[in-house]
Amino acid sequence: MSSLAAAEDVTQQEPAKVIQPAWVRAMHWTNAVAMIVMIMSGWQIYNASPLFGFTFPRSITLGGWLAGGLLWHFAAMWLLMVNGLVYLITGFATGRFRRKLFPITPTGVISDVKAALTFRLAHDDLSKYNYVQKLLYAGIIVVGIVIVLSGLSIWKPVQLQWLTALFGGYDTARYVHFICMASIVAFLVIHVVLALLVPKSLRAMIIGR
Amino acid sequence: MGRMRKLLIPGVDKKLLVKDALKVMPDLTRRRFISGGVSLGALTLLTGCDVVDSDSADQFLTQVSKFNDAVQAWIFNPDTLAPTYPESMITKPFPFNAYYDLDDAPEIEGKDWKLDVRGLVDNKKSWTLDELYKLPQVKQVTRHICVEGWSAIGSWTGTPLRDFLKLIGADTKAKYVWFQCADKDGYNSPLDMRSALHPQTQMTFKFADEILPRAYGYPMKIRVPTKLGFKNPKYVVSMEVTNDYKGGYWEDQGYNSFSGS
Repeated sequence: MSSLAAAEDVTQQEPAKVIQPAWVRAMHWTNAVAMIVMIMSGWQIYNASPLFGFTFPRSITLGGWLAGGLLWHFAAMWLLMVNGLVYLITGFATGRFRRKLFPITPTGVISDVKAALTFRLAHDDLSKYNYVQKLLYAGIIVVGIVIVLSGLSIWKPVQLQWLTALFGGYDTARYVHFICMASIVAFLVIHVVLALLVPKSLRAMIIGR
Repeated sequence: MGRMRKLLIPGVDKKLLVKDALKVMPDLTRRRFISGGVSLGALTLLTGCDVVDSDSADQFLTQVSKFNDAVQAWIFNPDTLAPTYPESMITKPFPFNAYYDLDDAPEIEGKDWKLDVRGLVDNKKSWTLDELYKLPQVKQVTRHICVEGWSAIGSWTGTPLRDFLKLIGADTKAKYVWFQCADKDGYNSPLDMRSALHPQTQMTFKFADEILPRAYGYPMKIRVPTKLGFKNPKYVVSMEVTNDYKGGYWEDQGYNSFSGS
């Protein structure tokens, strides 16, 4: 009990330290909503012409049928794209990406992965990302960019045919789009589990500190 | 519908009664009633689903879809051609796709068929198949992309629609060319004028160098390689040049109306 009280004293002494600035929090949760709508409506669209030998259960899809799924998908895409674009611009302009995500070194990643797997990865300073976090956060930003671009190439394979060609043609672009979705879902699962294991990180993403 | 049936009087032919009631309804209500039966809201209600699929969500999504129509019209470049492919890449067999089975596809007698021309055109004369076959034709090998996600490459031969519109003296400043078809429960689709005038938009009479088979829309299909498949009507019986948005079979059920690719 005494150690807990002592820890609280420490945090109360420096309340000014903001781990996640307001713009990051706002865009993070906007993105969360947009992503979930995109993924669930995307599963609905997938079901109309499955790429693999399975479909997504009705209970976890959005829209009721193909047209409904498409309506949700092409509405939420605006939220996803505008929020994502503003996030990227702000991330670069404020230097947040440079400060928080770079550099990513292979030795750093390997030692932090080892530490994570043996449950010895420290979370003392939430304002500093370890190498596993850096790699995953930088990686998921890249996946986010690729999923938007591959989505655009499926949506406009005539008007944006150079983009569709970049992804290997219309049919291949669908697979790229799907694999990006699967990566984001995998990230999401790990991300949520870790946030629940380290609740103060979740608190930081809600109230900032 | 299940609940409605229970309310009807026993002994009365329910189907006929519904039919009569529909006839009495004004046109706009009728359309809404019919499309409402299969709309997003109604379908999710039938399956007892989620709160998000309420009427207000439905309305909001419809508004965004209209906004997306405008964005797509803005993105649309009338000079951008759909990619063409070598004949070796043609998908075999090319899939048959409709809201019914192939057995239910319209069986049209070519010699009895006529293309009706209506609306904002100088010459409203109907066209027989023989007259249409005499018009200059071009071939394209392009990719057909279905709203469902699959795609297939096909070879279509016919008369560029813009040449035909010129020939009949169509008002090309009108907003739409509206096609009506012979499909069993009806089919129609509006095509925005700029897409109608696109050089690859075609009145198609042949598939893979053979007279258009029944499966692919005999005697005439409208091939629009800059649009999704459902905007490529088959078994066309009339075209109307109009400034009014007259809706379409799938468009009325919630598919995005522009659906450009």
